[in-house]
Amino acid sequence: MRHGKKNNHLSRTASHRSALLANMASSLILHKKIATTVAKAKELRKYIEPLITKAKTDSTHSRRTVFSYLKYKDPVIALFGEVAPKVGDRPGGYTRILKTGVRLGDNSDMCIIELVDFNEIYTTSKKAATTKTRRSRKGTGATTTTTAKKVETAPAATTTDEVVDTTAEEVTDTTETTPTEE
Amino acid sequence: MPHPKRRHSKQRRDKRRTHDNAIMPTLMLCPNCGTPNLYHRICSSCGQYRHKQVYEVAQTA
Repeated sequence: MRHGKKNNHLSRTASHRSALLANMASSLILHKKIATTVAKAKELRKYIEPLITKAKTDSTHSRRTVFSYLKYKDPVIALFGEVAPKVGDRPGGYTRILKTGVRLGDNSDMCIIELVDFNEIYTTSKKAATTKTRRSRKGTGATTTTTAKKVETAPAATTTDEVVDTTAEEVTDTTETTPTEE
Repeated sequence: MPHPKRRHSKQRRDKRRTHDNAIMPTLMLCPNCGTPNLYHRICSSCGQYRHKQVYEVAQTA
């Protein structure tokens, strides 16, 4: 039975799969984003995120460990020299998977997987998007504006009466409380 | 093993197929440009996802 087996074998032998993931991880480190299938991207995420975490500590041992996974010199240099400083203190979640549609030919789900810290278009447009959504929420909170209009349309005499009443009540309250305190 | 005794007529074949129909996938209109897209996918025409620009349009195409 398949219970609890989390790894997607991607229809490959173990050696083929490890070579595939090493190649994809190298490509992602060198190019910062790659287009692939959703299944491969999800496996790649599990493969590359521990490596990026490992790259945060720049030592000979961690470089050799990462090299044993990636098997090429260039991506290791790029990972330790370029990627790791930019990642900084991010506690995991270094990659982003965005689905793009289906592939012509085999209709497989396609996506873009990218390093989060290297997509500046997305992060800059994110701020503009939040302001937009806030504007729309203000539309739902239009009841406050309508009530304010009602107050304005209401005769000024009533509002002044209310103010007088509240002040009178406050005065009485203070007069009542002061003897009890004494 | 199953072995058909009689040929099925065109009527039987076609009657069986009356319930075979393609299901339309649920689409959403892009809030930016109005292009119909699948849910949870980047817009194919303007490259936005959840009000956020993901890439230049030429890169997503």
